[in-house]
Amino acid sequence: MDLNKKFTPQSWPAHPENSTLEGKNKTLGFWIFLGGETVLFATLFATFLALKNKGPAGMEFSTQSLFELPLAFIMTMLLLTSSLTSVYAMYHMKNYNFKAMQAWLIVTVLLGLGFLGLEIYEFYHYVHLGFTFTQSAFGSSFYTLVGTHGLHVIIGLAWFILLMLRNSKRGLNLYNAPKYYLASLYWHFIDVVWVFIFTVVYLMGVLG
Amino acid sequence: MSHDVEARTRSKHEYEYARKRANQGMRNQVTVFAIMIFLTFIAFAAVQAGMSAYLVAPLILLFAAVQVALQLYYFMHWSEKGHGMAQFFMYSAAFIAFTMILAFVTIIWW
Repeated sequence: MDLNKKFTPQSWPAHPENSTLEGKNKTLGFWIFLGGETVLFATLFATFLALKNKGPAGMEFSTQSLFELPLAFIMTMLLLTSSLTSVYAMYHMKNYNFKAMQAWLIVTVLLGLGFLGLEIYEFYHYVHLGFTFTQSAFGSSFYTLVGTHGLHVIIGLAWFILLMLRNSKRGLNLYNAPKYYLASLYWHFIDVVWVFIFTVVYLMGVLG
Repeated sequence: MSHDVEARTRSKHEYEYARKRANQGMRNQVTVFAIMIFLTFIAFAAVQAGMSAYLVAPLILLFAAVQVALQLYYFMHWSEKGHGMAQFFMYSAAFIAFTMILAFVTIIWW
């Protein structure tokens, strides 16, 4: 079986991500990885919950004085929408429509960049106020948790962009279909983590 | 090693049926997205409204759990066949995550 074989929408398998042994193994391995990522983020959430609002005596920074909900809301909407656009991309991938898939991935990347820009603005703003990584235990745990998520966003964006560039002239085949599928799973996972971040860090932070 | 690739050309009817199913599936995904947006909106509004934290905190945590379940079962395809191992890994991870957060929150709570 030549992996670069060309297909038509009618001959394209219903589950291209799982039609080759390599695809099956990748999917399985990727879910093991996501399990590990879940535990990684759990450690960071646990640390943040234990250390939030803790710092030097008389510290002026707290979740209630720092966080602004409108910004968190816009970031949430951007990331949630980008999750849907990557669902659209995978829908077109399964229909063997390469151009539509690439187009939806471009939208996904743009929304992700918007999210990242707002996060950088947010961190810049806090540092400007004097709330830095080394300022308090609260600061360290906050930047580690939210920053690790932001790093995942950067990796997810780079992954999508590299896939789109690498395969731009190649089109879809059973070799790269699992790659796109896994990148999109990773992107959904980033949104899963963000759901907990906006709830536990921002909303519950503002609640006090 | 030559791997079997389960690829055969579908009949016209099979193909049209599959496309119809896929379109229906995509409509469901959009509905799921609308529910997630709605839950997010309610969660932010509940916090902004300034109600009791004892009421709002459990509510928004419940909404987060529902959103994550929707994301996993629909966007990440757990509702389709063949995701037993994925669920096994993620539920194991969720169990460890829950235990760890419980431990941290109860040990360092002053």
